[in-house]
Amino acid sequence: MTNQHQRSPGEAGTNGHSGPASTLSRRTVLQMAGSAASLAAMSHAEAQSISETQSTVADAGAARPLQLTVNGVSRELEVDPRQSLLDVLRETLDLTGTKKGCNQGACGACTILVNGRRIVSCLTLASMHDGAEIETIEGLEKNGELHPLQQAFVEHEGLQCGFCTPGQIMSGLGCIAEGHAGSPEEIRFWMSGNICRCGAYPGIVAAVADAAGRS
Amino acid sequence: MFPFVLEKAGSAEAAIAAAAAGARYIAGGTTLVDLMRDEVERPERLVDINALPLSDIRADGEDLVIGALARMSDVATHPEVGRLQPIIAESLIEGASPQLRNMASMGGNLLQRCRCPYFRMLDAACNKRDPGSGCAAIDGLNAGNAILGTSDHCVATHPSDVAVALVALGATMRVRGSDGERSFAVEDLFRLPGDTPHLEHTLTPGELILDIRVPGGPYGRRARYLKVRDRASYEFALVSAAVALDVEEGLIRSSRIAVGGVGTKPWRLRACETALAGKPADRSSFEAAARLATEGVRPLSHNHYKAELLPRTIVRALEMAGDVA
Repeated sequence: MTNQHQRSPGEAGTNGHSGPASTLSRRTVLQMAGSAASLAAMSHAEAQSISETQSTVADAGAARPLQLTVNGVSRELEVDPRQSLLDVLRETLDLTGTKKGCNQGACGACTILVNGRRIVSCLTLASMHDGAEIETIEGLEKNGELHPLQQAFVEHEGLQCGFCTPGQIMSGLGCIAEGHAGSPEEIRFWMSGNICRCGAYPGIVAAVADAAGRS
Repeated sequence: MFPFVLEKAGSAEAAIAAAAAGARYIAGGTTLVDLMRDEVERPERLVDINALPLSDIRADGEDLVIGALARMSDVATHPEVGRLQPIIAESLIEGASPQLRNMASMGGNLLQRCRCPYFRMLDAACNKRDPGSGCAAIDGLNAGNAILGTSDHCVATHPSDVAVALVALGATMRVRGSDGERSFAVEDLFRLPGDTPHLEHTLTPGELILDIRVPGGPYGRRARYLKVRDRASYEFALVSAAVALDVEEGLIRSSRIAVGGVGTKPWRLRACETALAGKPADRSSFEAAARLATEGVRPLSHNHYKAELLPRTIVRALEMAGDVA
């Protein structure tokens, strides 16, 4: 089984950067290298097969218009129906603060708020969210000031490697807003959708409790 | 993920017509998107039903009526659910994670597909995914698989928690298809695997779940859901029990018991219920009744422990419900 059908356009490594080489970020360079490598690895027969598959499903996979308000900014997009909300954020909008961990809804690294509710963005199709209000980790800092929950994560060392942190913080916002941050036990239960492989849970629980107490 | 056409249904009639023509319904998408990405599911056409007005949660006399599109989290926090059937909220909160409960619909919860690891493993035999290919779980890693209702073709458990509580309480569901509406017991939604494990439910092509009705009854707060699992939260059940007791002057007038994590569908234990009738609400009655739960179990190489854990879970849940621990 090849993975030719799994690759949605947003995952092909496209990005919005077109500046001079000296301003390329590490991420952009990695993306470009990945695209080149995947193209080079694709045989002529595979490329042919992809174009045939796409031509026989003319309607399926056709780009669809999508309007999202992301961190207060309205965005008009064209997305493949197969793209998850996570992939649209990361690959189309280049908002890479939201992380792709398991891509199966099991780790919580991709947690964002959609219309004020925390969800895992990997398990939902972007094109089902036309008109939605979305908040990601990038939207929390205001005028150079960290959000109180971000600040609490710093103060309580609620992280080690940091990969799960954006998801932890967005989930923590949901946990506090839902009124489930009343005790460490309650926080542990209501934050259980977010896995931390470093085991920074004591700091995470303390940060959520602290921010809940301040809000 | 294979390409598909996604359309949005503006009415139940339009959704049903599309589904009758082969489209798959999508609501929360938490199971379907995952399985499509793994290419276990390959629908060519999806109908987004989220715009349909099927999210209401309300009391109808002593009955509780839950719309099929109501989200798990909204049902769990609804005041009428807490007032009439707190066990429904309890069982919902024990399932999935807060994020997934914000996404997943009640109808989708009932129709979610199994979590047997071989179902998702494209190079493993699985009669649910690929009828006739065999069952890799029977001689494989089967610690999480079923011991009741299994066949030589499939041993996958049904993963839902709330379905266990709904089956215990005798809930019914209303569905609409091209030929009109019908209602039936939630328990009858699920098929035993037999030699057709790929056929999991009794809906006809295109039938849409409208709502779920939990009948009022004498149980109320004397109904509890206990879930035993490998970690304290966000994990599927090894064994779970939804139990309800109606006790008067220390004697059990009636009871309801259904279990999860052990059956190929949510498993009602009528023999245990009968055994409790008229007995004192104490531990010895609970233990005697719970012993009947393991009649007919067929443990696999790695899940003998479930035959021991099942009666113990029932006893503890009954103690919680009777508050006699």
